[in-house]
Amino acid sequence: MLLTCPYCGPRDVSEFTYQGDGNRQRPAPNSQDLQAWNEYVYDRQNPAGDHNEIWQHSGGCRSHIRVIRNTVSHVTSSTVPVRGAVHHRSTERRKPGAKA
Amino acid sequence: MVERLSPLESVYRVGSHGRFEDGVGVILSETRPGSITQVAAWPGEEARAIAAIRKVSGLALPDGAGGGVVDGDKAAFGFAPGKFTVVDEAEGLAVALTKAITPAIGTMTDLSHGRTAIRIEGPEAEWVLAKFFAVDFALPAFPVGAARSTTHHDVFAQIQRTGGDRFDIYVFRSFARSFWKALGHAAEEVGYEVA
Repeated sequence: MLLTCPYCGPRDVSEFTYQGDGNRQRPAPNSQDLQAWNEYVYDRQNPAGDHNEIWQHSGGCRSHIRVIRNTVSHVTSSTVPVRGAVHHRSTERRKPGAKA
Repeated sequence: MVERLSPLESVYRVGSHGRFEDGVGVILSETRPGSITQVAAWPGEEARAIAAIRKVSGLALPDGAGGGVVDGDKAAFGFAPGKFTVVDEAEGLAVALTKAITPAIGTMTDLSHGRTAIRIEGPEAEWVLAKFFAVDFALPAFPVGAARSTTHHDVFAQIQRTGGDRFDIYVFRSFARSFWKALGHAAEEVGYEVA
Protein backbone atom coordinates (compact mmCIF):
# COMPACT_ATOMS: atom_id res chain seq x y z
CA MET A 1 0.00 0.00 0.00
CA LEU A 2 1.25 3.46 -0.88
CA LEU A 3 0.43 6.60 1.07
CA THR A 4 1.02 9.97 -0.55
CA CYS A 5 2.79 12.19 1.94
CA PRO A 6 1.87 15.84 1.22
CA TYR A 7 5.56 16.70 1.53
CA CYS A 8 7.46 13.64 0.27
CA GLY A 9 5.07 12.21 -2.30
CA PRO A 10 4.04 8.55 -2.61
CA ARG A 11 5.89 6.27 -0.21
CA ASP A 12 5.55 2.72 1.00
CA VAL A 13 3.27 2.25 3.99
CA SER A 14 6.21 0.79 5.97
CA GLU A 15 7.58 4.34 6.28
CA PHE A 16 4.44 5.44 8.12
CA THR A 17 3.13 4.93 11.63
CA TYR A 18 -0.57 4.75 12.34
CA GLN A 19 -1.52 7.30 14.97
CA GLY A 20 -5.11 6.31 15.41
CA ASP A 21 -8.65 7.23 14.56
CA GLY A 22 -8.94 10.84 13.41
CA ASN A 23 -12.49 11.16 14.72
CA ARG A 24 -11.56 11.04 18.39
CA GLN A 25 -12.18 14.18 20.40
CA ARG A 26 -10.27 14.37 23.64
CA PRO A 27 -12.37 15.85 26.44
CA ALA A 28 -10.93 18.76 28.40
CA PRO A 29 -8.34 17.47 30.94
CA ASN A 30 -10.57 18.43 33.86
CA SER A 31 -13.69 16.98 32.29
CA GLN A 32 -15.85 14.82 34.57
CA ASP A 33 -17.97 13.59 31.67
CA LEU A 34 -17.43 9.84 31.94
CA GLN A 35 -19.34 9.13 28.78
CA ALA A 36 -17.09 11.51 26.82
CA TRP A 37 -13.97 9.83 28.26
CA ASN A 38 -15.34 6.37 27.53
CA GLU A 39 -16.06 7.41 23.98
CA TYR A 40 -12.59 8.92 23.57
CA VAL A 41 -10.77 5.86 24.90
CA TYR A 42 -12.91 2.96 23.63
CA ASP A 43 -15.60 3.81 21.13
CA ARG A 44 -14.68 3.53 17.46
CA GLN A 45 -17.00 3.75 14.48
CA ASN A 46 -15.17 0.96 12.64
CA PRO A 47 -16.73 1.80 9.27
CA ALA A 48 -16.61 -0.36 6.18
CA GLY A 49 -15.77 2.52 3.86
CA ASP A 50 -14.04 5.87 4.18
CA HIS A 51 -12.22 6.25 7.47
CA ASN A 52 -10.64 9.38 8.88
CA GLU A 53 -7.17 8.52 10.23
CA ILE A 54 -4.03 10.17 11.53
CA TRP A 55 -0.69 8.86 10.28
CA GLN A 56 2.87 9.99 10.83
CA HIS A 57 5.52 9.80 8.13
CA SER A 58 7.90 8.54 10.80
CA GLY A 59 10.39 7.17 8.30
CA GLY A 60 10.59 10.36 6.28
CA CYS A 61 9.73 13.98 6.97
CA ARG A 62 8.12 12.99 10.29
CA SER A 63 5.06 15.18 9.77
CA HIS A 64 1.61 14.08 10.83
CA ILE A 65 -0.96 13.67 8.10
CA ARG A 66 -4.71 13.31 8.00
CA VAL A 67 -5.70 10.44 5.73
CA ILE A 68 -9.10 9.43 4.41
CA ARG A 69 -8.66 5.72 3.71
CA ASN A 70 -11.30 3.33 2.50
CA THR A 71 -11.14 0.34 4.82
CA VAL A 72 -12.59 -1.94 2.14
CA SER A 73 -10.51 -0.99 -0.90
CA HIS A 74 -7.52 0.75 0.81
CA VAL A 75 -7.96 3.65 -1.61
CA THR A 76 -6.79 6.86 0.06
CA SER A 77 -8.92 9.69 -1.24
CA SER A 78 -7.18 12.46 0.70
CA THR A 79 -3.85 13.01 2.50
CA VAL A 80 -3.31 16.45 3.98
CA PRO A 81 -0.99 17.81 6.68
CA VAL A 82 -2.63 17.80 10.11
CA ARG A 83 -1.30 21.28 10.76
CA GLY A 84 -3.64 23.80 9.19
CA ALA A 85 -6.01 21.13 7.92
CA VAL A 86 -9.76 21.41 8.16
CA HIS A 87 -10.80 18.86 10.74
CA HIS A 88 -13.44 16.59 9.29
CA ARG A 89 -14.51 15.24 12.62
CA SER A 90 -17.67 13.33 12.97
CA THR A 91 -19.90 15.23 15.37
CA GLU A 92 -22.18 12.30 15.84
CA ARG A 93 -21.83 10.75 19.27
CA ARG A 94 -21.80 7.00 19.11
CA LYS A 95 -24.04 5.28 21.62
CA PRO A 96 -22.26 2.83 23.91
CA GLY A 97 -22.60 -0.69 22.54
CA ALA A 98 -24.13 0.50 19.27
CA LYS A 99 -23.14 -1.25 16.09
CA ALA A 100 -21.57 0.80 13.31
CA MET B 1 39.21 22.81 16.60
CA VAL B 2 39.10 19.22 17.84
CA GLU B 3 40.16 16.74 15.17
CA ARG B 4 37.16 14.67 14.17
CA LEU B 5 37.50 10.91 13.90
CA SER B 6 35.57 9.11 11.23
CA PRO B 7 33.27 6.28 12.37
CA LEU B 8 34.23 4.54 9.11
CA GLU B 9 37.94 4.52 9.85
CA SER B 10 38.19 0.81 10.69
CA VAL B 11 36.25 -0.30 7.59
CA TYR B 12 37.33 2.34 5.06
CA ARG B 13 39.48 0.40 2.59
CA VAL B 14 40.66 2.59 -0.29
CA GLY B 15 40.85 0.72 -3.60
CA SER B 16 38.69 -1.34 -5.93
CA HIS B 17 36.32 -3.99 -4.61
CA GLY B 18 33.73 -6.45 -5.84
CA ARG B 19 33.29 -7.31 -9.49
CA PHE B 20 35.27 -4.40 -10.95
CA GLU B 21 36.96 -6.28 -13.82
CA ASP B 22 34.32 -4.95 -16.27
CA GLY B 23 34.55 -1.41 -14.96
CA VAL B 24 33.76 0.42 -11.76
CA GLY B 25 30.00 1.00 -11.33
CA VAL B 26 30.14 3.36 -8.37
CA ILE B 27 32.69 5.29 -6.35
CA LEU B 28 32.02 5.47 -2.62
CA SER B 29 33.60 8.06 -0.39
CA GLU B 30 33.11 9.92 2.85
CA THR B 31 32.96 13.65 2.24
CA ARG B 32 33.61 14.75 5.85
CA PRO B 33 32.12 18.26 5.65
CA GLY B 34 33.19 20.63 8.42
CA SER B 35 29.63 21.77 9.09
CA ILE B 36 26.35 19.90 8.97
CA THR B 37 23.53 21.97 10.43
CA GLN B 38 19.78 21.70 10.69
CA VAL B 39 17.52 24.73 10.60
CA ALA B 40 13.91 24.43 11.73
CA ALA B 41 11.57 27.35 11.14
CA TRP B 42 8.45 28.00 13.19
CA PRO B 43 5.25 27.63 11.15
CA GLY B 44 4.90 30.69 8.93
CA GLU B 45 8.56 31.68 9.31
CA GLU B 46 9.88 29.47 6.49
CA ALA B 47 10.55 32.37 4.11
CA ARG B 48 12.60 34.24 6.73
CA ALA B 49 14.59 31.08 7.50
CA ILE B 50 15.33 30.60 3.78
CA ALA B 51 16.40 34.26 3.59
CA ALA B 52 18.67 33.84 6.65
CA ILE B 53 20.29 30.73 5.12
CA ARG B 54 20.86 32.71 1.93
CA LYS B 55 22.43 35.59 3.85
CA VAL B 56 24.85 33.31 5.69
CA SER B 57 25.74 30.75 3.02
CA GLY B 58 24.83 32.45 -0.25
CA LEU B 59 22.65 29.44 -1.13
CA ALA B 60 19.26 30.34 -2.60
CA LEU B 61 16.93 27.53 -1.51
CA PRO B 62 14.02 27.00 -3.86
CA ASP B 63 10.61 27.09 -2.24
CA GLY B 64 8.87 23.73 -2.32
CA ALA B 65 9.00 20.25 -0.83
CA GLY B 66 12.39 18.57 -0.95
CA GLY B 67 13.95 21.41 -2.94
CA GLY B 68 17.65 22.04 -2.60
CA VAL B 69 20.74 23.64 -4.05
CA VAL B 70 24.39 22.69 -4.44
CA ASP B 71 27.15 25.21 -4.97
CA GLY B 72 30.72 23.97 -4.80
CA ASP B 73 31.61 23.33 -1.16
CA LYS B 74 28.15 24.18 0.14
CA ALA B 75 24.78 22.50 -0.09
CA ALA B 76 21.32 23.03 1.38
CA PHE B 77 18.02 21.23 1.07
CA GLY B 78 14.62 20.93 2.67
CA PHE B 79 13.93 17.52 4.20
CA ALA B 80 10.65 18.16 6.05
CA PRO B 81 8.10 20.99 6.20
CA GLY B 82 9.97 24.07 7.47
CA LYS B 83 13.18 22.12 8.09
CA PHE B 84 16.43 22.44 6.20
CA THR B 85 19.87 20.87 6.23
CA VAL B 86 22.74 23.23 5.44
CA VAL B 87 26.20 21.78 4.78
CA ASP B 88 29.56 23.47 4.31
CA GLU B 89 33.01 21.99 3.72
CA ALA B 90 34.37 24.62 6.11
CA GLU B 91 33.76 24.67 9.84
CA GLY B 92 32.00 27.57 11.53
CA LEU B 93 28.68 27.54 9.68
CA ALA B 94 26.80 26.79 12.90
CA VAL B 95 28.14 29.92 14.60
CA ALA B 96 27.11 32.12 11.69
CA LEU B 97 23.68 30.50 11.40
CA THR B 98 22.98 30.84 15.12
CA LYS B 99 23.22 34.60 14.72
CA ALA B 100 21.05 34.68 11.59
CA ILE B 101 18.34 32.26 12.80
CA THR B 102 16.92 34.39 15.60
CA PRO B 103 14.58 32.87 18.20
CA ALA B 104 11.69 34.54 16.38
CA ILE B 105 12.49 32.64 13.16
CA GLY B 106 13.28 29.17 14.48
CA THR B 107 16.10 27.02 15.74
CA MET B 108 19.51 25.89 14.53
CA THR B 109 21.07 22.59 15.55
CA ASP B 110 24.72 21.78 14.88
CA LEU B 111 24.90 18.14 13.70
CA SER B 112 28.47 18.28 12.37
CA HIS B 113 29.57 15.52 14.74
CA GLY B 114 26.26 13.69 14.68
CA ARG B 115 25.94 12.85 11.00
CA THR B 116 28.23 11.11 8.56
CA ALA B 117 28.16 12.15 4.91
CA ILE B 118 28.63 9.37 2.39
CA ARG B 119 28.95 10.07 -1.33
CA ILE B 120 28.01 7.60 -4.03
CA GLU B 121 28.70 8.47 -7.62
CA GLY B 122 28.96 6.69 -10.91
CA PRO B 123 26.79 5.20 -13.65
CA GLU B 124 25.29 2.56 -11.31
CA ALA B 125 24.58 4.92 -8.37
CA GLU B 126 20.82 4.99 -9.04
CA TRP B 127 20.75 1.21 -9.36
CA VAL B 128 22.58 0.60 -6.08
CA LEU B 129 20.50 3.14 -4.15
CA ALA B 130 17.26 1.73 -5.56
CA LYS B 131 18.11 -1.51 -3.75
CA PHE B 132 18.12 0.39 -0.45
CA PHE B 133 15.32 2.91 -0.67
CA ALA B 134 11.78 2.80 -2.08
CA VAL B 135 12.25 6.17 -3.76
CA ASP B 136 12.26 7.08 -7.46
CA PHE B 137 15.89 7.98 -8.22
CA ALA B 138 15.36 8.75 -11.93
CA LEU B 139 16.57 12.22 -12.86
CA PRO B 140 13.15 13.65 -13.87
CA ALA B 141 11.64 12.57 -10.52
CA PHE B 142 14.71 13.43 -8.45
CA PRO B 143 16.43 16.46 -10.00
CA VAL B 144 19.91 17.74 -9.14
CA GLY B 145 19.88 19.61 -5.83
CA ALA B 146 16.66 17.98 -4.61
CA ALA B 147 16.61 15.83 -1.49
CA ARG B 148 14.55 13.01 0.00
CA SER B 149 14.30 11.84 3.58
CA THR B 150 13.68 8.15 3.97
CA THR B 151 14.89 5.13 5.91
CA HIS B 152 16.79 1.95 5.29
CA HIS B 153 15.92 -0.64 7.95
CA ASP B 154 14.99 2.13 10.40
CA VAL B 155 18.24 4.02 9.74
CA PHE B 156 17.26 7.53 8.76
CA ALA B 157 18.88 8.81 5.61
CA GLN B 158 18.74 12.20 3.97
CA ILE B 159 19.71 11.89 0.34
CA GLN B 160 20.60 14.84 -1.86
CA ARG B 161 21.34 14.53 -5.54
CA THR B 162 24.46 16.65 -6.02
CA GLY B 163 25.09 15.71 -9.64
CA GLY B 164 23.67 13.75 -12.57
CA ASP B 165 24.96 10.46 -11.13
CA ARG B 166 26.09 11.61 -7.71
CA PHE B 167 24.23 11.45 -4.38
CA ASP B 168 25.27 12.59 -0.90
CA ILE B 169 23.70 10.57 1.91
CA TYR B 170 23.58 11.82 5.49
CA VAL B 171 23.15 9.09 8.11
CA PHE B 172 23.44 9.01 11.88
CA ARG B 173 27.08 8.72 12.92
CA SER B 174 26.30 5.72 15.14
CA PHE B 175 24.80 3.79 12.21
CA ALA B 176 27.30 4.99 9.62
CA ARG B 177 29.64 2.01 9.81
CA SER B 178 26.87 -0.54 9.40
CA PHE B 179 25.31 1.49 6.57
CA TRP B 180 28.69 1.82 4.87
CA LYS B 181 29.26 -1.93 5.00
CA ALA B 182 25.77 -2.60 3.62
CA LEU B 183 26.43 -0.11 0.82
CA GLY B 184 29.65 -1.94 -0.01
CA HIS B 185 27.85 -5.30 -0.16
CA ALA B 186 25.15 -3.84 -2.42
CA ALA B 187 27.77 -2.32 -4.73
CA GLU B 188 29.83 -5.50 -5.07
CA GLU B 189 27.88 -6.73 -8.10
CA VAL B 190 28.60 -3.54 -10.10
CA GLY B 191 32.18 -3.14 -8.87
CA TYR B 192 33.03 -0.23 -6.61
CA GLU B 193 35.96 1.91 -5.72
CA VAL B 194 36.53 3.56 -2.37
CA ALA B 195 38.16 6.91 -2.96
